[in-house]
Amino acid sequence: MSFPWAKHYEPKNPAMRWIDERLPLPRLVYSAVGAGYPVPRNLNYFWNFGVLAGVALVVQIITGVILAMHYTANIDTAFNSVEAIMRDVNSGWLMRYAHANGASFFFIVVYIHIFRGLFYGSYKAPREMIWLLGLVIFLLMMATAFMGYVLPWGQMSFWGAQVITGFFSAIPVVGEPIRQWLLGGFVPDQATLNRFFSLHYLLPFVIAGTIILHIWALHIPGSNNPTGVSVKGPQDTVPFHPYYTAKDGFGLGVFLILFSFMVFFLPNALGHADNYIAANPLSTPAHIVPEWYFWPFYAILRAFTVDLSFFGLFTIVEAKLLGVIAMFASILILFFLPWLDNSPVRSGNYRPKFKIAFIILVLDVLVLGFCGQMPAEEPWVMLSQLAAAYYFAHFLIVLPLISHFEKPLPLPGSITEAVLNKHRIKGERDALPGMGSATQPQPAE
Amino acid sequence: MKIILNLIGAFFVAILVWSFGAGAVEYLTSSHEESVEHKFHEEPLDVSFPSDGALGTFDKAQLQRGLKVFREVCAACHSLNQVAFRSLTDLGYSEDQAKTIAAEWPIETPSINPETGEAATRPSLPIDHFPAPYPNVVAARAANNNAVPPDLSLITKAREGGAPYVYSLLIGYRPVPADLPEANRPSTGLYYNPWFANLNLAMPAPLTSAGQVTYDDGTEASLPQMAKDVTAFLIWTAEPTLPARKQTGWAVILFLILATGLGYMAYRNVWIDQKH
Repeated sequence: MSFPWAKHYEPKNPAMRWIDERLPLPRLVYSAVGAGYPVPRNLNYFWNFGVLAGVALVVQIITGVILAMHYTANIDTAFNSVEAIMRDVNSGWLMRYAHANGASFFFIVVYIHIFRGLFYGSYKAPREMIWLLGLVIFLLMMATAFMGYVLPWGQMSFWGAQVITGFFSAIPVVGEPIRQWLLGGFVPDQATLNRFFSLHYLLPFVIAGTIILHIWALHIPGSNNPTGVSVKGPQDTVPFHPYYTAKDGFGLGVFLILFSFMVFFLPNALGHADNYIAANPLSTPAHIVPEWYFWPFYAILRAFTVDLSFFGLFTIVEAKLLGVIAMFASILILFFLPWLDNSPVRSGNYRPKFKIAFIILVLDVLVLGFCGQMPAEEPWVMLSQLAAAYYFAHFLIVLPLISHFEKPLPLPGSITEAVLNKHRIKGERDALPGMGSATQPQPAE
Repeated sequence: MKIILNLIGAFFVAILVWSFGAGAVEYLTSSHEESVEHKFHEEPLDVSFPSDGALGTFDKAQLQRGLKVFREVCAACHSLNQVAFRSLTDLGYSEDQAKTIAAEWPIETPSINPETGEAATRPSLPIDHFPAPYPNVVAARAANNNAVPPDLSLITKAREGGAPYVYSLLIGYRPVPADLPEANRPSTGLYYNPWFANLNLAMPAPLTSAGQVTYDDGTEASLPQMAKDVTAFLIWTAEPTLPARKQTGWAVILFLILATGLGYMAYRNVWIDQKH
């Protein structure tokens, strides 16, 4: 599809030929994830996470469909139906723990996938559309995960729904009507639970569709790579199958080991104890926290503590609304990233100043996450204010400035050159035949 | 457009820095005394259960003792809604024994009179869940000085600190310390327990003397022993499938390690002719 030297599908037996002539599905698969898709030969393990995210979605859909066979979306029976799944459904405990921890692992791999894209400049031309579609997937995931957490109708489900839909009531005039429209009432109730169940079942398939677009867009320019240098010729690529199917297979094994460890030995470590108490609208938990994957955004929300006022005379925007705007903005600004970072160099490996800013950003998001799960008390609020300030400054001020003033390191001429240089530096003796590498082996650094 | 985005960034940063400044001034000028609850609060005791750890499983004799403590002490006020009598076979009872335990349970299962349709009760069957001591929340509240005794099915999962917390709370009743401020002293109907979040608990000490329960297996019924046994029982009620989970986990992970090892070799083998 993407490169002239991509191999074309040739059916190996009459049955496949018969199918391919009538419905070229074998051809599509071959070109999308088979030997017909040339991929840069130098991808590192960070490039495993896209496939892992896809696997995580499949795990969620399979376990979710099975759970939905036993779950009842009714405020009187939802909590008990989840417990019945845990106790009386054959392997129901496995399905539920896999689904709950699967959500966490989906977010872990997607966060790594996003940060990989940030570091290696995978959002830059010509891959802007892949980045934008990826952000749409991320937003859909957040909506799906939030609604899924409401379904067991435990204390955190109920109060989480109360708090998160409460964001909308910060909008002047139309906020409260919007909130009531979303909930189907004044508080989370039967109408809320039923529609959340419906949407929680629907959205994963919307995600799957968006992933197809994401991969389609990926196949136009092909994958980025750790050097950020575009593919120049056939020597720069290997066929996806068997090279990257083998590497992804190994990565998948490591992923499944870690995932299984959590599911079988620490299944409740990422959850919250209060969600094992059935929802009680009359009893507010002491400390309402969202799931861990929302903590950084929750910290940004709560970092806004001062109303924006006209010299203290009258309030222009209340702190709560500012927090809500900032929280949504923290994701929306990522949609502008391809145009905020104007540096022609993609990979952070060749951008010394960007690299520092990137490392600060990673630490910054971890600090925000930490603050998000702490109670809204000092000094955590102050820490989250500094961290949130850097978050916005990074994308809206630091990156545009760096792309102006930074002097990038010299780029390798091609992917192959970078690979051979790496091996030369490593002191490997066997250069590729025909590459004319006459350099002497050097000691390892 | 870039300028606008820069300005938006500057706007957010300015407000956050302003908020930070305001918060910092507030923080530096206010006093930070440790709250009384925090000062007197105790962390859960260090206690272990046979179900702990990657190889943990249930000690059936202990669960049977725990059931007895639950029946004679806890069940008077606490429900166990999620658990059915039939699942008592997990504790090493035969189906007939489970049937007898259900039939002889001190509280009967709500039913209706088949002649008149009026509310009635009947002895429990193995398919029934443990009957609740009160017909509804209002009755529970009325009988307990306005505090509803929580359902205990999931209690070891539903509290921060888990089973060690439940154990500590059960034996954690103490005389009120002399230096406890007046505002934090238990009022009528409350009892001092430093393991409870606000130090004052509506539940009177449930385990009061050694030998309160007579164990059938001859184990000495000391206070810590009874607390430990009933907590072990409540770990079981919270997750009866725990042993299956851990055993399956070992099989799955050993298989995955093997498969991943083979996967790694396959990967190296595929890439052997390719520098990358």
